Amino acid sequence: MSGGTFVGMPAFPKAAHEALGNAQLRHNLAHATGTIRAKRLRLVDEVNANSSWEELRLAGAGVKESALVDLATHLERLEESLTANGATVHWARDAAEANAIVASIAKGHGVDEVVKVKSMVTQEINLNEALEAEGIAAWETDLAELIVQLGEDLPSHILVPAIHRNRSEIREIFLAKMAGAGRPAPEDLTDEPAVLAAAARAHLREKFLRAKVGISGANFAVADTGTLVVVESEGNGRMCLTLPEVLISVVGIEKVVPTWEGLDPLLRLLPRSSTGERMNPYTSTWSGITPGDGPQEVHVVLLDNGRTNALADEVGRQALRCIRCSACLNVCPVYERTGGHAYGSVYPGPIGAILNPLLKGPGADEQTDSLPYASSLCGACFEACPVRIDIPSVLVDLRAQVVDAHRGGVPKLEAVAFKASAVALSDARKLAFGERFTRLGLRVARRFGASKWTSSRDLPPAPPESFRAWWKRTDGGRR
Amino acid sequence: MRVALMVTCINDALYPDTGKAVVTLLRRLGVEVEFPAGQTCCAQPMVNTGYLDEAVPVVRNFVDTFAGYDAVVTPSGSCAGCARHQHSIVARRSGDAGLAAAVEETSPKVYELSEFLVDVLGVTDVGAYYPHTVTYHPTCHSLRMLGVGDRPRRLLESVRGLTLLELPAADQCCGFGGTFAVKNSDTSVAMGTDKVRHVQDTGAEVLVAGDNSCLTHIGGLMTRQQSGVRPVHLAEILAATEADPA
Repeated sequence: MSGGTFVGMPAFPKAAHEALGNAQLRHNLAHATGTIRAKRLRLVDEVNANSSWEELRLAGAGVKESALVDLATHLERLEESLTANGATVHWARDAAEANAIVASIAKGHGVDEVVKVKSMVTQEINLNEALEAEGIAAWETDLAELIVQLGEDLPSHILVPAIHRNRSEIREIFLAKMAGAGRPAPEDLTDEPAVLAAAARAHLREKFLRAKVGISGANFAVADTGTLVVVESEGNGRMCLTLPEVLISVVGIEKVVPTWEGLDPLLRLLPRSSTGERMNPYTSTWSGITPGDGPQEVHVVLLDNGRTNALADEVGRQALRCIRCSACLNVCPVYERTGGHAYGSVYPGPIGAILNPLLKGPGADEQTDSLPYASSLCGACFEACPVRIDIPSVLVDLRAQVVDAHRGGVPKLEAVAFKASAVALSDARKLAFGERFTRLGLRVARRFGASKWTSSRDLPPAPPESFRAWWKRTDGGRR
Repeated sequence: MRVALMVTCINDALYPDTGKAVVTLLRRLGVEVEFPAGQTCCAQPMVNTGYLDEAVPVVRNFVDTFAGYDAVVTPSGSCAGCARHQHSIVARRSGDAGLAAAVEETSPKVYELSEFLVDVLGVTDVGAYYPHTVTYHPTCHSLRMLGVGDRPRRLLESVRGLTLLELPAADQCCGFGGTFAVKNSDTSVAMGTDKVRHVQDTGAEVLVAGDNSCLTHIGGLMTRQQSGVRPVHLAEILAATEADPA
């Protein structure tokens, strides 16, 4: 069973329009993001009481940056360490290559199902759909991902992908869909969180005990020790990482951390920034194969899929520091109102608004090009980011790349307006500025934006004279 | 000290009273500002929409106009933010080392009004009188791009007769965001509507901010909703006195 994919989603403004009209969604989002925001702030204050959150951020950003400046070297070191530890390393340029590698390993073991640890990268490459096409069912085992999968829905948040669902909706999904995927939900299922969790536990337990192949991503990949790290809350991830005979991990190449010590600031920053906890309940680490303990066949698929494009982007490369905590989503006033689906990607919110265009390239399609504009540039994301990604600056740079990608074709009205403004605003005398600027502004506004302004907002009344005219007439108020 | 007023294009065309208030206020504090007539716009609308080539002549005009001043004061956190943090991006785009050098010279001299008052003139009590209940919205670029901190609050707290009411979720964006307000008008309005609700929850008569662009958006929603709350720029409150009320 697979969920949907984001292929063919409309551009952000249209998708946002639909989401904004969903009162239940608005309520769920405001409640959920508000709760996580408050928890995160309390923990930041707690760190500041004893040391410095800013120093911790700088340390975390420094570790990721040190890996990125010499990525090839650290990746080669990672491959050596993993191989020495008995793992098999595969390299994938894109989604198709990665999916083919995973499918071929699974088919080699003759399985028709795999269990999955919650993983962003396997969603990015639509691995579940690729496996389904090969006759292999990929079962999501993270509770929220299970809800999304059973509901044939799409994730709307990086950390809490079913943030758009409330508990009564979850009960309905379990009652209607669990039976088709394995052990059915009990008939007397209520919408109590503990009851829902118990139903999911019983449903998943069968799958954990049966599966021969587990699939994961990784939060971090330590180059010098050849260690992969998965951070989670439920323990379901650890089930997938330890019970199956074969473990396949798909890892974006930006996940590499040079040394074990480098994990220190990152493992302190991540739970505080994501779930608002000092420490996440389960941190699993494995270094290849341990004889007689856990999976005895370990594969690591190192994936590019646009990451080297992002690395080549002077301003945007900092996005590769991202540790997928979703603090930027939770503080974003746009995300809080539209939710994640409007971004048309498994990576929603501010980080998605930069990561998708960076991975796909500006000018890729209308939907991707709309993402850098899906922000008021308020800067709350930069303030919250634990690895100091200056998202507003990257957004502005990507907007320029979008505009540049469309230069030379038939210009949009907007481009004509900005060209005209450039002439007018380069010399106050040329235009006999003042009032004429207002008239030009209003004319431009009427052509391409006035109705979008005035449908809900009044325009201020025009003053009798401009400041410039007043200054000239009164000599700056002196006569 | 030669001080220039950068009034901003929006204030020039739509809010001349804000510009006049800055002149009045600074004159009262002993600073005679000049108004270089060559000024137009800081280029932020172009930069933030992605039109960097189009921003180049505008930034060139900006540095030509304000060269030679010791300080450039502007009643806009957003325009000050653009001059301080984005002009260098435009200069880099132009490939013109002369422009880059001029920007490096001018940018650090640009001050948002509350910064100029508190940091350069060293005053928080500007001798203002404003007998109204007021709530303050710290605009995003003032707050996060410039880091003006509590300067506007300290100025407002020293105004005689003024009652400052706490705005809930004050640091959340109002949803203006320049061309965001039209490109993503639905989301912009949703954000602004929540801001208006918070403003009304305070019971204040006046909403004050350091940026008329944000106030145009919030104010436009407030008048459409007949909210009965008046948007007023910080400069106009600080300029008001018992002898010459706003």
